[in-house]
Amino acid sequence: MDSFDKSDKMSNRRRFLVTATSVAGGIAATAWAAPFMMSMMPSERAKAAGAPVEVDISRLESGMLLMVEWRGKVVWVLKRTPEMLDSLAKLNDQLTDPKSEREQQPKYAQNLARSIKPEILVTEGVCTHLGCSPVFRKEIAPADLGSDWLGGFFCPCHGSKFDLAGRVYKSVPAPTNLLIPPHTYLSETLLLIGADGQETA
Amino acid sequence: MSKRLTAVIGWIDDRFPLTSNWKAHLTEYYAPKNFNFWYYFGSLAMLVLVNQLLTGIFLTMNYKPDVNMAFASVEYIMRDVNFGWLIRYMHSTGASMFFVVVYLHMFRGMMYGPYRKPRELLWLIGMGLFLVLMMLAFTGYILPWGQMSYWGAQVIVSMIGAIPLIGQPLSNMLLGDFMLSDAALNRFFAYHVVTLPVLLVTLVVVHVLALHEVGSNNPDGIDIKKNRNSKTDIPKDGIPFHPYYTVKDIFGVVVFLIVFCAILFFAPEMGGYFLEYNNFVPANTLQTPDHIAPVWYFTPYYSMLRAVTINFLWIDAKLWGILLMGGSVVIFCFLPWLDRSPVNSIRYKGPYFKTALVLFVISVFVLGWLGTKTPTPLYTLLAQIFTVIYFAFFILMPWYSKIDKTKPEPERVTG
Repeated sequence: MDSFDKSDKMSNRRRFLVTATSVAGGIAATAWAAPFMMSMMPSERAKAAGAPVEVDISRLESGMLLMVEWRGKVVWVLKRTPEMLDSLAKLNDQLTDPKSEREQQPKYAQNLARSIKPEILVTEGVCTHLGCSPVFRKEIAPADLGSDWLGGFFCPCHGSKFDLAGRVYKSVPAPTNLLIPPHTYLSETLLLIGADGQETA
Repeated sequence: MSKRLTAVIGWIDDRFPLTSNWKAHLTEYYAPKNFNFWYYFGSLAMLVLVNQLLTGIFLTMNYKPDVNMAFASVEYIMRDVNFGWLIRYMHSTGASMFFVVVYLHMFRGMMYGPYRKPRELLWLIGMGLFLVLMMLAFTGYILPWGQMSYWGAQVIVSMIGAIPLIGQPLSNMLLGDFMLSDAALNRFFAYHVVTLPVLLVTLVVVHVLALHEVGSNNPDGIDIKKNRNSKTDIPKDGIPFHPYYTVKDIFGVVVFLIVFCAILFFAPEMGGYFLEYNNFVPANTLQTPDHIAPVWYFTPYYSMLRAVTINFLWIDAKLWGILLMGGSVVIFCFLPWLDRSPVNSIRYKGPYFKTALVLFVISVFVLGWLGTKTPTPLYTLLAQIFTVIYFAFFILMPWYSKIDKTKPEPERVTG
């Protein structure tokens, strides 16, 4: 290798070969990495999971909250009393999105009660801030939540507050109302969560 | 040294740079002679690292990364495996003590200015180590699959998902699922026991190599290489790392182990700060515990995360919280370029810097304390105030460090 001299300027031929080899090597490395990266994406089994769930609400009494698991998340089914429903309209100016204008619900739940049947609320019990599950606080004006509290959901993680229709209060970390999953009634007392024949999530 | 040993070492030296490395990094690595108390924590961090690696290997022998078995396998380690309780408590206590020594190590940096030229890269490598350490702590905390594991992970995963555009795909890729599930636990185990430890050990080696290239700073913040012995070229204020600092560090190790063992044997849960009570309850995906707070070493960042409650500019409160939380760590990387003081060490810096540092430390403690509390309007307001102070320390530094009244640095170290 005595002809090799570092001070020599790289000839065009050598420069071309170095570039071509680097580019080819880079493409090969990317191609080699692709299956590993793709193996990290959700598997076929994970994609297949998440079928809709049926819930029998015949024994749900007024003021009671039922927790259902759907796609690994908690879904609440709350049967609201007439007083609870009355409280909703009073809160409008304390809320970020009182008319549910942001798409956090299917079209058929875009109303004051955010539900198909006014008394039955079906919502994901997942805080829209960082995914904790808020606590159902139905008592009126408890010491820790203030005298104007009319019942709702309080997230213990970061202090977000939602009313009894899952609408978010102003000045809390959560940006949007609770997400209403697609759902439909198969009969008067049988609820299907996860599918509604129109919109699928 | 016996003739035979010399011969063996000579044989090795002809084939591997043993003696030359021993000299370069130990017996002929000249460190400033004025190291004080604050210089124990680098070597102690390495001691804790070894503790974590060793105890971690033994824990993997009995732990099962499966959502149906993980919690029970940890209880099995605690109750039925011989000395399993000791090994697990060594690992969990080690995790908290890792943060204790690393925080003190970083605070030493803020006092004596080892981040400044020519040590900027050394500081950045250290910040990389800190990030990897936080990821290790987070992934490790998920493994027992208790209530705090699950809901803590839920919060962090949602944070990744909230990053605009890339967040959701990235979260799916890290979890291997659309939610926290068995697939996620399985790969968090892989991250915790393979990916991140390999990265951490590699970065530690790089950190030490970078340190030995530029040389250690010292409490006076002056360059000892400027004053060398004219014959030997050795810095006049330098002493060989071995035996002088190895002996000093061994003393530190003894004191540290006394503290470590006291916690290990008498208060391994540390009143719920090292191991939270809610994590002795198996994960329930339907119900968040009434009171959740991260482990103590994450509470200051957690406070900042929830301090933002208003939308500002075009970014909503949630993303602001995440940005502040990430920014509070990342901003340390800019320290080398924010400090415009003519001197490095707090010994010669003026009243502005000293006041700013005191306020910064207070804000870290207050934010840390607030992070353990349930948010109320008063606490949220306090968190907002101290978050501002925390960031002001960094953002205003180019000004207050420049106009500060400094004292002249000495020519030689002052003991």
